Amino acid sequence: MFEVFVWSLMGLVDCYIICCRHVKEGVSTSIKMESCNCIEPQWPADELLMKYQYISDFFIALAYFSIPLELIYFVKKSAVFPYRWVLVQFGAFIVLCGATHLINLWTFSMHSRTVAVVMTTSKVLTAVVSCATALMLVHIIPDLLSVKTRELFLKNKAAELDREMGLIRTQEETGRHVRMLTHEIRSTLDRHTILKTTLIELGRTLALEECALWMPTRTGLELQLSYTLRQQNPVGYTVPIQLPVINQVFSSNRAMKISPNCPVARLRPLQGKYMPGEVVAVRVPLLHLSNFQINDWPELSTKRYALMVLMLPADSARQWHVHELELVEVVADQVAVALSHAAILEESMRARDLLMEQNIALDLARREAETAIRARNDFLAVMNHEMRTPMHAIIALSSLLQETELTPEQRLMVETILKSSNLLATLVNDVLDLSRLEDGSLQLELGTYNLHAVFREVLNLIKPIASVKKLMITLNLAPDLPEYAVGDEKRLMQTLLNVVGNAVKFSKEGSVSITAFVAKSESLRDSRAPDFFPVPSENHFYLRVQVKDSGAGINPQDTPKLFTKFAQNQTLVTRNSGGSGLGLAICKRFVNLMEGHIWLESEGLGKGCTAIFIVKLGIPEHSNDSKLAFGQKMSGHGQTNFPGLKVLVMDDNSVSRSVTKGLLVHLGCDVMVVSSSEECLRVISQEHQVVFMDVCMPGIDGYDVAVHIHEKFTRRHERPLIVALTGNTDKVTKENFMKVGMDGVILKPVSLEKMRSVLLDLLEHRVLFEAM
Amino acid sequence: MDAVTQLQRQLVDYTNTLFHEGFLDEQFNQLQQLQDESNPDFVVEVVSLFFQDSERLLNELAKILEQQNIDFKKVDAHVHQLKGSSSSIGAQTVQRVCIAFRNSCEEKNIEGCQKCLQHVKHEYTLVKNKLETLFKLEQQVLAAGGTIPMY
Repeated sequence: MFEVFVWSLMGLVDCYIICCRHVKEGVSTSIKMESCNCIEPQWPADELLMKYQYISDFFIALAYFSIPLELIYFVKKSAVFPYRWVLVQFGAFIVLCGATHLINLWTFSMHSRTVAVVMTTSKVLTAVVSCATALMLVHIIPDLLSVKTRELFLKNKAAELDREMGLIRTQEETGRHVRMLTHEIRSTLDRHTILKTTLIELGRTLALEECALWMPTRTGLELQLSYTLRQQNPVGYTVPIQLPVINQVFSSNRAMKISPNCPVARLRPLQGKYMPGEVVAVRVPLLHLSNFQINDWPELSTKRYALMVLMLPADSARQWHVHELELVEVVADQVAVALSHAAILEESMRARDLLMEQNIALDLARREAETAIRARNDFLAVMNHEMRTPMHAIIALSSLLQETELTPEQRLMVETILKSSNLLATLVNDVLDLSRLEDGSLQLELGTYNLHAVFREVLNLIKPIASVKKLMITLNLAPDLPEYAVGDEKRLMQTLLNVVGNAVKFSKEGSVSITAFVAKSESLRDSRAPDFFPVPSENHFYLRVQVKDSGAGINPQDTPKLFTKFAQNQTLVTRNSGGSGLGLAICKRFVNLMEGHIWLESEGLGKGCTAIFIVKLGIPEHSNDSKLAFGQKMSGHGQTNFPGLKVLVMDDNSVSRSVTKGLLVHLGCDVMVVSSSEECLRVISQEHQVVFMDVCMPGIDGYDVAVHIHEKFTRRHERPLIVALTGNTDKVTKENFMKVGMDGVILKPVSLEKMRSVLLDLLEHRVLFEAM
Repeated sequence: MDAVTQLQRQLVDYTNTLFHEGFLDEQFNQLQQLQDESNPDFVVEVVSLFFQDSERLLNELAKILEQQNIDFKKVDAHVHQLKGSSSSIGAQTVQRVCIAFRNSCEEKNIEGCQKCLQHVKHEYTLVKNKLETLFKLEQQVLAAGGTIPMY
């Protein structure tokens, strides 16, 4: 633009010069024009000057023509140029100026009038255009000038943006540092590592000279220098906590600049010559587990703080920037969190260790308890056998003794012996039963039995005692009470006996009544038994028995104790009548096993007492019924259960052979007897369904016979069932039988019933192993 | 009292005594149960078999025990047989002695064996007499027109 300006200025100067000359020419031409029609150039006297002018004009013209070309060329090249019209004007102006100068060249020599006319035309045009251009420029030049100003402005803006970019980058880096620091701090749960890492990372990020952490002491009255960055082993340097500067720092959660001269900052001897570096301190909250209540997130009142002090390098003229302070605050918070996590972890580890110890202790205690129980059970089992055997002997022999001829005093003595030993036997049984009950190892032996018979038997047993005491016993069985029931007959009888026995025992006079009926749902639930939920079903019914006596009654306060072991009512009656106090406890266990409930009702002392129990019994199916009835009939009278069953009996002892044969014939079998194993193997055929063989015979062993039979009949359904008869009861023998493939074992001597049930089982299951 | 009833009563009493005194046990009852119309002499037959068998065995035992070199295995086998037979009919006393006899055999105690043999012979004779008496009574009852009562 400046060049354009220069050129235009030159153009103007030229115009001025030209105009002056023309004026001069005009004056001289008007004089000479009268003489001839040609224009005479103004050849001044000095030709040299003219020559120079000629050359200059030439060059000027050249320049003038080349400028617009250049302009056009460059403008065409540039994409943006807003002043096209101005350019055209300018171009025209310059071209005309050039043309003028060019035509001027002809005027240096003799030239015709035409040339003069052309010259004049061009000059006129040039004048017009140049004036127009001048006018145009007035508008444009300020614009052009302002472009420069704008450029300057933009440059400034760019510089500013650069600065801001730099700032943002710095902040981002700081942020990154914070994240990295946090990550470092939080990647460990060990207290010391956390704090050490904090100091190291901070020192690195912020290029600190020294970084220190002051922790409050146990008393809370002093701050102790705990960690420093440079000094490896900080001495236990303490500072009282109540310094004003410290209070100031603790009162706000911002990082504050403090004086390098205050006690917490005077950590190192002055390194630099001039200014120690600026120091900043920030508080680090120490959160305890107890601070983590749901509702009140850490209260300020119970806060303990540690102090973190950071020092910039001395003589560095560095200042703490805002973003650096922010970084420090963030780090302090993170450290607090990390420390609290570490504390929680420690706590939970401790709790877990404690739990493990307790678990071990508990396990040990449990095992000891189990061992104790096992030892007790073993003891009881041994005692069971050991005690019962002599007891049995005593009772048996005493009763036998009773049958002999005795003097009255001898008889009395024997009776006492018998009574005492019976009592002892009962006691032993009771204790053993109870211990088995408590273990839960007692299981009811289910079977079908005659319910009515049970009651009658109990009645019969109790009648003698009652008649001695002159008590009246009545038995009422409801008409809808089933005759047969499925359950544990023995235990039911035991319970009933105990309850009735108690009734009789505690009644000095009056009567005892026993009522039994089927409990309907309404009467099943009792307010006294809130957790007894009887559920009647198709195959079961609930038997309810009430035993009412007119005896001493029970104090209502004593009712809960009744069923506890060994607890007795200390009344005269009970002390005299003896008993271990176990009876009711055992009854209760039995009744519970039968999914029932037992309780006592009494209106008070001297008003009698009613014992009530409800038990769940099964209803026998009809087939069971018939089987039962069948089974109860005495065998004999030629019951043929196994008509035509082909049986082979092998026994070398003629007597036992004929006995076994007689048994089987009685049961309706078709019996063939052999007396040796060779004969057996010869005779045996597919037709025989069962082979009874006496084991331990001379000749081929019974085992071998079994093996041979297995070889002879490979298919199972062809082979006869093999049953061994033996007097040997040990386990090894039984195992041997199983090994050689016997289907069953019977212990000699064999009763008719046993043989019958053996055959039944065999034929049904094709296997029988009698419990030996 | 009726003669038949008296005889029956005698029979019952006698049988009971046998049981009480331990000569017979439950097994004998079993045998009696096996006797029915299709098998009316079952008990007698079996008991006769027992007598025969036992006598044979006792003779054998006496022979073996007289020898110089006693084959205890054989002795044991015979005693085992005797034990089996006696237990099959319920001759309790004989059975018990047989058990003791077997122990002596195991110990290879010659004197013990001799003693046991004598004991067994004694017991056997006792039982035999008792059973024969029993059977005689039964015959008498049957002859008088009664039936043998079931125990």
